[in-house]
Amino acid sequence: MTVPTDLDRRFRDAAEREGLVDVAYDLADSPVGELLVAVTERGLCRIAYRPDDALDELAEDFGARVLRVPGRTDPVRRELDEYFEGRRREFDLELDLSPVASFQRLALGELARVPYGKVTTYGDLAKKVGRPHAARAIGGAMNRNPIPIVLPCHRVVGANGKLVGYAGGLERKELLLRLEGARL
Amino acid sequence: MMEAAVTIPPFERFYAEHRDEVYGVLVRRVGRQRAEDAFQETFLRALRAYPALRHGDHLRAWVLTIARNVVIDAARRERPAAELEEQAELPRRPAYAQLEHLTDRLPPTERAAVVLRYAYDMPYAAIGAALGSSEDAARQAASAGVRRLRGKELS
Repeated sequence: MTVPTDLDRRFRDAAEREGLVDVAYDLADSPVGELLVAVTERGLCRIAYRPDDALDELAEDFGARVLRVPGRTDPVRRELDEYFEGRRREFDLELDLSPVASFQRLALGELARVPYGKVTTYGDLAKKVGRPHAARAIGGAMNRNPIPIVLPCHRVVGANGKLVGYAGGLERKELLLRLEGARL
Repeated sequence: MMEAAVTIPPFERFYAEHRDEVYGVLVRRVGRQRAEDAFQETFLRALRAYPALRHGDHLRAWVLTIARNVVIDAARRERPAAELEEQAELPRRPAYAQLEHLTDRLPPTERAAVVLRYAYDMPYAAIGAALGSSEDAARQAASAGVRRLRGKELS
């Protein structure tokens, strides 16, 4: 017997209201495909191009009480919509990077300063974090970026200017850069 | 590479897998209108207990036991104690037939605690949350149930 939609919704809202949810998430349509958007009480913790895998990762990183609670991610979705419509250049969101290791956090911190519509290189970011020979490690840190788009790893390219790689696929990287009007 | 051994599914997956069956059981048991509150209470209890789980086995039996106890608790609030014995059964029972059979005559709470502990190997913290009580109360209910079973054996 199928649970009525409003009852399902009421349970999700009650769970959230009672503070029983470790991670609240929802799915959002976007020009780069369906996105999973997840928040903890500390802030945005995940944007994922592959929602199914992301559920398990979230459970491992933040606790098993991972539940879809549509309303909770609205502020994030609003900013993402504005970004995709070209009306927003910077995100104004609290982030939860608590499971991220220190080197990666440093790299993501530097990444966050790369301006809208501009690109930088892995080598350049490596220099900025004081590890000029760690371009490859920077690549790894970008590849495991838990919050793509908001933390703009799509703005990092190879030394030769080629797009090189993107955890969400090169097509998405190119689309995001074009949206921002970056020169490729 | 092998996956790590601890596999408690993300709650969403557990919920999506069992919500329709739980709802169906509750509707058959208490009618559509009361089933709504009972449904919400069942999964809120499951959510409270979830962090105490140490494995992901028998989750279906676990959540059906929670549902059964939610129904019993609601009935307790509304009806005199004498009618309760009959209220205690949900139509579809968890699969651990032998222990289920042995524990048939126990009071509902003791029975649930014994089955969850000894048939399904649930930790007391999760049992307590499932029964809407505490870890200590769950431990006491299980040992009272076991004592009662032993007493029956002897007599």
